[in-house]
Amino acid sequence: MTVQTEIQNETPSKLSVQHVSKRFRSGGRVVHALADVSLEVGEGEFICLVGPSGCGKSTLLNIIAGLETADEGRVFTGGAPITHPGRDRMVMFQESALFPWLDVLDNVLFGLALKPGLSKAERVEVAQFYLKLVGLEKFARSYIHELSGGMKQRVALARALAPNPRVLLMDEPFAALDALTREQLYGDLQRIWQEHRKTIVFVTHNVREAACLGDRVALFSPHPGRITAQFRVGLPRPRDLNSVELARHATEITAALKGTTVPAEEFAI
Amino acid sequence: MNRTLRAALFFVVAIAAWELLFRAGIWSPVLVPSPLTVGRYLGEALIDGTLWDATLVTMRRLLLGYLFGIALGLPLGLFTARYRLLGDTLGLVALGLQTLPSVCWVPLALLWFGQTESAMFFVVVMGTLWSMIIATDNGVRNVPPIYARAARTMGSSGVHIWVKVMLPASLPFIVSGMKQGWAFAWRSLMAAEIYVTILSGFGLGNLLHYGRELNAMEQVIGIMLVIIVIGLLADKILFSPWERFLHRRWGTAR
Ligand SMILES: Nc1ncnc2c1ncn2[C@@H]1O[C@H](COP(=O)(O)OP(=O)(O)OP(=O)(O)O)[C@@H](O)[C@H]1O
Ligand SMILES: [Mg+2]
Repeated sequence: MTVQTEIQNETPSKLSVQHVSKRFRSGGRVVHALADVSLEVGEGEFICLVGPSGCGKSTLLNIIAGLETADEGRVFTGGAPITHPGRDRMVMFQESALFPWLDVLDNVLFGLALKPGLSKAERVEVAQFYLKLVGLEKFARSYIHELSGGMKQRVALARALAPNPRVLLMDEPFAALDALTREQLYGDLQRIWQEHRKTIVFVTHNVREAACLGDRVALFSPHPGRITAQFRVGLPRPRDLNSVELARHATEITAALKGTTVPAEEFAI
Repeated sequence: MNRTLRAALFFVVAIAAWELLFRAGIWSPVLVPSPLTVGRYLGEALIDGTLWDATLVTMRRLLLGYLFGIALGLPLGLFTARYRLLGDTLGLVALGLQTLPSVCWVPLALLWFGQTESAMFFVVVMGTLWSMIIATDNGVRNVPPIYARAARTMGSSGVHIWVKVMLPASLPFIVSGMKQGWAFAWRSLMAAEIYVTILSGFGLGNLLHYGRELNAMEQVIGIMLVIIVIGLLADKILFSPWERFLHRRWGTAR
């Protein structure tokens, strides 16, 4: 395998969530985190999951990642049932899960090192390619604590992209960042997604963020967690977070969200 | 002012003050010898080789037992963190034995092994082992679960996850455990050497003991100084590089 074929686009895969239920028992209490959730995500589609805290978004993402198992129902990627974590589905977490004992480059190399068929030099080349893609090629030898929050999430994105997954699972990856940094990352993420087609499942609290990024937005409601509505966002890309069109979509989604649940303050509009 | 210079100046002043106190003649010179007498003893002991030999004997005992204790404690700590059964049993034993001052192992070691090197080895291992097990166990339990989750999504599992994630992630705890183990081992070895004579080698503790027997205060103080210097050097040479590494990577610099 060469570096060129390695970084060529892997065909994104279809995701199929079928009647998934999940309960957690903690301290004698049973939490019904997901109740009969079904969701189809097309190849290369960008879907956003929006909903109030505790409605099971992360749980669903973890089940798709293979980090948790569903009590009932099944999840398929590209036709195969998911039983374990796999490099075809990479995850980006809300808090930075980067390893402080490794520098930036070695963090990106971590997943690549486990991929067979590449020499050390080729791996480094691949890692540097993705660092460049997120604009951090100059920071390859920096330590994690030396980076800003936005830079950390860029490294996390590069690390998730490096093994060339077919599906990218993102759990509120930008929630802890300031508005300006976030907007930059929306732009970069859209650019990268258009160049390197992946199926993306993106979890967020932020309706506007969802409308800006997603081809489709799925609304969740809690107790028990289920999908209550779905919206298609057909705006051309790259999208501007501050456009009137986008605001109109966001308002529509927010209205639906308020209808189903919760106080409005929870959502940035 | 340069920090080294400042420290050097401090010691010069301290020794001068000591000499002045000695000259003032308040205390008997047998109880408070002049720094010059102590220096002369150290010089002679260095030249005739006793000091060097004793240091070698002590350091060999210490390093042998210490390295063995670490090599054993590290994997055991990983196991007690990994397997509940071991955590509930061996982990509890380690916790209990760690509260036992390691000097308390000396009588038992002497009864078991007699006045032999094995007794010394045993005492040093006991000083190191339990701290190491507890620190490693604690370190692993304090690793943010998200590290292991992230590693699993990248295809890591089993031994790979332990070696490449759990172990380095618990390094801050492990290093402080190594440091504590060193301190315990060092103290208990000194106690053991003062307490018992082993014919196969005179350590620093033995020299200290004989200094007392001979009423040679300059020897007692001289050896104490050597022991202090070794402790300082160990800290600087053995642990400072690790701590600098941790500070640089984790960004916990003072
Ligand atoms: N490991 C667990 N043990 C017990 N309960 C859990 C566990 N994980 C999640 N839950 C519960 O399941 C429900 C859904 O959790 P989940 O983390 O999926 O919500 P979420 O939609 O991601 O929320 P947020 O937006 O705050 O991240 C919550 O009520 C939570 O308390
Ligand atoms: Mg969540």
